[in-house]
Amino acid sequence: MAVDTLEQAESSTLSLDVEAVRRDFPILSRTVHGKPIVYLDNAATSQTPIPVIDTIRRYYLEENSNVHRGVHFLSQVATEKYEAARRRIATFLNSPVGCEVIFTRGTTDGINLVAQTYGRQHVGAGDEVLVSHLEHHSNIVPWQMLCEEKGARLRVIPINDRGEIIMESLDGLLTGKTKILALAHVSNALGTVNPVKEIIARAHERDIPVLLDGAQSAPHMPIDLKDLGADFFACSGHKMYGPTGIGILHGRAKVLNAMPPYQGGGDMIMSVSFEKTTFNSLPYKFEAGTPNIEGVIALGAAVDYLEHLGMDNIAAHERDLVAYATEALREVKGLTIIGTAKAKAGVISFVMESAHPHDIGQILDDEGVAIRVGHHCAQPVMARFGIPATARASFAAYNTRDEIDALVRALHKVNEVFG
Amino acid sequence: MADSRSLYEQVILDHNKKPRNFGKIENADAEIEGFNPLCGDHFTIYVKMEGDRIREVAFDGAGCAISKSSASIMTTTLKGKTIEEAKKIFEAFHQMVTSAPDAEFDADALGKLQVFSGVREYPVRIKCATLAWHALVAALEGQTEEPVTTE
Repeated sequence: MAVDTLEQAESSTLSLDVEAVRRDFPILSRTVHGKPIVYLDNAATSQTPIPVIDTIRRYYLEENSNVHRGVHFLSQVATEKYEAARRRIATFLNSPVGCEVIFTRGTTDGINLVAQTYGRQHVGAGDEVLVSHLEHHSNIVPWQMLCEEKGARLRVIPINDRGEIIMESLDGLLTGKTKILALAHVSNALGTVNPVKEIIARAHERDIPVLLDGAQSAPHMPIDLKDLGADFFACSGHKMYGPTGIGILHGRAKVLNAMPPYQGGGDMIMSVSFEKTTFNSLPYKFEAGTPNIEGVIALGAAVDYLEHLGMDNIAAHERDLVAYATEALREVKGLTIIGTAKAKAGVISFVMESAHPHDIGQILDDEGVAIRVGHHCAQPVMARFGIPATARASFAAYNTRDEIDALVRALHKVNEVFG
Repeated sequence: MADSRSLYEQVILDHNKKPRNFGKIENADAEIEGFNPLCGDHFTIYVKMEGDRIREVAFDGAGCAISKSSASIMTTTLKGKTIEEAKKIFEAFHQMVTSAPDAEFDADALGKLQVFSGVREYPVRIKCATLAWHALVAALEGQTEEPVTTE
């Protein structure tokens, strides 16, 4: 079934066959509280298609072993699959020559890695680290901790009332003191797509390296790191149809080589004595300990799946859903969309006059509609709009206009209960 | 899991829409903030004492229907109660919302607060129901320096 779907998706270059895609995600056919599930919490975690589930199953049925260690057959199979996944992921990101893919636990882990190695090496007293007002806490707190330790200053690129970065402010913020710019590619709270190519170019004019938080972009649009030129790019497997606990950090070999290791342990060493340890070469220097092997192999399968669907097709489908939902939500009394950027991907955040987001989420759950409510780990964004929380619907390739209609019907119920 | 109509009792919806004792008390004897960092619910509780008796109690701030109505009903329940009585009621309330859905509770001690028994079906909402109470108890115990959080 899964294979058929992949072939259909491949043969259709114009758009997604969403019904076929849905058949690849068995969880979507279950019910919640007796109603068909309407899963609109993809910015938190996406669902997992059969090819990825099968890959994990096959790994434990036929391939399970440790990597980079054994001379025996299974270890070689596991190592081969692990490294093949790395190469596929590099291709998926259009990784330029001279760059490396490092496996992490997720985006948060990748950002912490850079803050604790590159950051500690380059940021000193009086220096500045630049982030935007749109960041997820995971792209604020690691830098804040670093700044506190070093006596450096965290500065923030402001956003306008639509939730877009104020580009005019960049000149004053990218200065000789700025040691790194850490920026969301897509805002998890509002869905804003930042003009990262232009921002990276402007940072590079001043020799400032840029870390892109790609947690919300990698699942939803083609990522071309050769074109973007980001110095570091971090993303998470579980938001791109892969499993939890696995993520990617992409960086330039030259920079990564000059960085101190993040964690010490097995696999990241060349030789160890009590007097001195020689660290391993890239990417192993940053992969201490037995890695999440089935996670890496399954993420390779997830990336294959995304490519079979076609990132352009996914982006076009989700653009349609955002446009349709933006229009459909207008008919819900007292509803205001938060974040009205011209370029948005996959996310609609909103508040309602009649009900707090927590209560919205509760009533929607009765109807089988799963959304996220709260501050979305982006409290500065909430503060910017003067609200404590929002309700957030976020989309994936398998969502449909019918599901948005179900969301709207459930929101009318919220008004019935609390209006 | 139950339909959330069992959570949103009419009394709760009423207090959510028209919270009682909502606003600041000038010259309060104690004033304490309570917030839930997970969902951003944020209230300030004001208490005016007469000896060891609560003469006035009020609140302001913002939160979900459960936290807001719980704060509202708390103020109507505790007005005129002694510190000891207030703590006993809180204990009974806390015990009810954190117990198993079919557990018995002290209906006499709880009175109107029984409307929150539905919270037992929704463990993530316990913190909403108890937020204002934790803040008030801290205030009664003289711990007003640090805001009270549910985390």
